[in-house]
Amino acid sequence: MFYYLALAAALFAIGLFGVLTRRNVIGILMSLELMFNAACINFVAFNKYVATDALVGQMFAIFIVVVAAAEAVVGLAIVLLIYRNWRGIGMDNVNVMKW
Amino acid sequence: MQALEPGIVFWILAVVILVSGFLVVTLRNMFHCALCLILCLFAVAGIYVLLEAEFLAAAQVLIYVGAVAILIVFTVMLTTDLASESLIQHNENATIAFVVCALFAIGVPYLITKTGVWMPAKGELISDNVGSIGKYLMTDFMLPFEVVSVLLLAALIGAIVLARKERS
Repeated sequence: MFYYLALAAALFAIGLFGVLTRRNVIGILMSLELMFNAACINFVAFNKYVATDALVGQMFAIFIVVVAAAEAVVGLAIVLLIYRNWRGIGMDNVNVMKW
Repeated sequence: MQALEPGIVFWILAVVILVSGFLVVTLRNMFHCALCLILCLFAVAGIYVLLEAEFLAAAQVLIYVGAVAILIVFTVMLTTDLASESLIQHNENATIAFVVCALFAIGVPYLITKTGVWMPAKGELISDNVGSIGKYLMTDFMLPFEVVSVLLLAALIGAIVLARKERS
């Protein structure tokens, strides 16, 4: 089980690196998907090795997948909107809400 | 009794996940990034199969690879200047972010080995995976199931409203 948790931690760290360093919104969204998957692997691994009497971990993972899909839909719609307004989706020029 | 050491399949999948994940966050061409993301999600589905979560693996392939990744590819193609190699894709925080993430990736497994309070379960996992999940969705997880359907509807309407062209 340790190997699965270590793999999930490494995948989460990769996603975190992407979120912190990417300049455009789509890159950040893709890194977010990696982090969601790392969390899902943790849930399923605990379900397999620690709490085997019910499939609660897998249920949580399914809900995570659904919420991630909804997040991706809304996020990519916002990306298209940003692209239409600014002619580019760099995060650096999207600072109109900064004050 | 479950063997503690995972098999060769796990190591292959882990290498695929980590390498393609690293390519997702480092490649300059966003289209290549999206393709690497698809590979990474496929390998995660393989990990789910190893963990005896067959329904989740199928849902992962259908929803992530079939829907979310295709959506990302479409968005990359709609925003034209992204696919160019010349664009600098990383900001000036790269070094410090790398240090933080490396510390995270080393520190968390270290802490996991130090903890050791998770007793391995005695029983085996429920073998009827799909049937049990169906039962859970209609009994214990009824309320989250319904709430998630409302959430999906809200996301659908929100995406349409956001992406629609304004009539002036």
